[in-house]
Amino acid sequence: MSDEVREQPHDETMTADAGSATIADEVAAALCERFGAASRVSCGQTVVYAPRERAAEIASYLRDHEQFTMCVDVTAVDHLGNPARVLPERVGAERFEVVANYLSHVRNRRIRVIHQVPESEPNLPSITPVYAGANFAEREVFDLFGISFDGHPDLTRILMPDDWDGHPLRKDFGPARVPVTFKGDPSPR
Amino acid sequence: MSDASGKSGELASATSKSGELASATSKSGELASATSRTASRLRHQTDEGAQKLARSEQELVITGAPWPDDQLGDTMLINMGPQHPSTHGVLRIMMELDSEEVVRAKAVIGYLHTGMEKTAEELTYVQGATNVTRMDYASPLSNELVFCMAAEQLLGIEVPERAQWIRMMLVEVNRISSHLLFQATNGMDIGAVSMMLYGWREREETLRLLEKITGLRMNHNYVRVGGVAADLPDGWQDDVLETLDKVEHGVREYDELLTENPIWQSRLVGIGPITTQECLDLSITGPILRSTGFAWDLRKAQPYLKYDDVDFDVVYTTNGDVYDRWRIRMEEIFESAKIVRQCVERMPKGDWRALDAKVTPPPRARIDESMEALIHHFKLFTEGFKVPAGETYAAVESPRGEIGCYLVSDGSSKPLRMHIRGPSFYNLQSMGPMVRNALVADAVAIVSSVDPIMGEVDR
Repeated sequence: MSDEVREQPHDETMTADAGSATIADEVAAALCERFGAASRVSCGQTVVYAPRERAAEIASYLRDHEQFTMCVDVTAVDHLGNPARVLPERVGAERFEVVANYLSHVRNRRIRVIHQVPESEPNLPSITPVYAGANFAEREVFDLFGISFDGHPDLTRILMPDDWDGHPLRKDFGPARVPVTFKGDPSPR
Repeated sequence: MSDASGKSGELASATSKSGELASATSKSGELASATSRTASRLRHQTDEGAQKLARSEQELVITGAPWPDDQLGDTMLINMGPQHPSTHGVLRIMMELDSEEVVRAKAVIGYLHTGMEKTAEELTYVQGATNVTRMDYASPLSNELVFCMAAEQLLGIEVPERAQWIRMMLVEVNRISSHLLFQATNGMDIGAVSMMLYGWREREETLRLLEKITGLRMNHNYVRVGGVAADLPDGWQDDVLETLDKVEHGVREYDELLTENPIWQSRLVGIGPITTQECLDLSITGPILRSTGFAWDLRKAQPYLKYDDVDFDVVYTTNGDVYDRWRIRMEEIFESAKIVRQCVERMPKGDWRALDAKVTPPPRARIDESMEALIHHFKLFTEGFKVPAGETYAAVESPRGEIGCYLVSDGSSKPLRMHIRGPSFYNLQSMGPMVRNALVADAVAIVSSVDPIMGEVDR
């Protein structure tokens, strides 16, 4: 774990948020070149915006060529009705964003890859075949956002009951609109 | 005995013939009716998605389990939990058994899902810490810390020195209390019931200390955006040192009682092994990763707060079994105590919260004399403060591993999205490789050694 990798541009923290298409570091540059991604620095962290069709390829590339040893986290964001969205140029805004955080223990750095996912086709390739640890996380995104991951070995609901209707973390899923029902109940309460 | 095993063998073969419990209508005479009755009830109550273990090629790659095609006739599917004393809350483990050996296992979660991430979207940043502190209820301060760090990154505010030292000290005290809780429950699971009493005894001391400083035994809501909720009380040094002495004395007792104990060792050594590569693949962090010989600790690798100013060691072992995981957590108590002692010695004077009028409320005395201060205070706690639009990920080392907070702001006073990367959630994925080929009794020890907190798993 060498020391120079820790030198992230912390001083650019607030200014870098302006959505400019800065090239954050050489990993981001490589991803931009190979996968048509755009990158920026957000709060001192490298963020790459990449096409969703290539999610699994990017994961393989990060693992095999850039020594990213762990997929720390996969989650999603619903941007429905978000006026203050910050995106680099050339990135077409879609309703959902699937966010994957990768960590390289060897190089001691992180990278965040964000995929725009449209409401009409909420699906993208699963990275579970590449990083097995994304299994539960992708199931959670599927469960709570209704985004499906092609090639996931066991894409079922994980937190909500299996017969649940809707995807709770979507912005148009109001918390108060859900009737209380129990499994096996003959009639709704 | 032989009669019983013969029956269960028949039951099992009938069960596995079509791969799911629901179709367990066996041809084995007297057992048949009973089995089909149970089976039909099961089908009604459970659901295929959770009931069925995925049997695709992919999963074999993921869990690394050799697919027992030839043994299919002899296996049985059983559920441990969600109501089981050894599963730490409402965790359900589905296990495929070949007599007493576990062929495969899968954690089924969601029984404690309360939608805390959805709730967070309705709460202001001031209220947010109150929400996240309830996730990992054994180490609430780590949750508060990671949420506040994420919010502070978006706000771009600097936290004063003293606040950082206070945070670091309390998070370490909290780590001690969490690991003591582990000592207690782990001992209980494994059958050393006296450990249950000892562990709780020492943990009580740390909770008493936390109560004295933060006002609450659990769910403290003490770490706030911009600093901490209040300064340390008078005479805190003596309380902290006294508590540490008691705890260290207690943990040395556990050490004497268990470390070299042949019964303890024969129960734990070599059980539930996992390799570094499996841990990395499955996103497993914390003591489980460190037990495989990989000394990765965010406090050292990517220091936050003042961890690069204090002297401590990352504890790691090389066998990756249940014994090592237990051992690491015990040793980490001493390392945390070391950090806390340094905090007591070196605690700087100064502000305990950022003096940023946008984020921190005015001092109590000002409210009595100034109308503006009163209005300001009122606005801050009703509307909250606005956070600039953006997104960030903050991570800290909780007692269970890397806890992360992915925070997206749309510029209002409530987060657009607040996601907590719970270490227990990911660590539970280790059930596959760890439980493989273990005995059922060992499965209990293995679940315990993961130390999952279901509040954080299900959120």
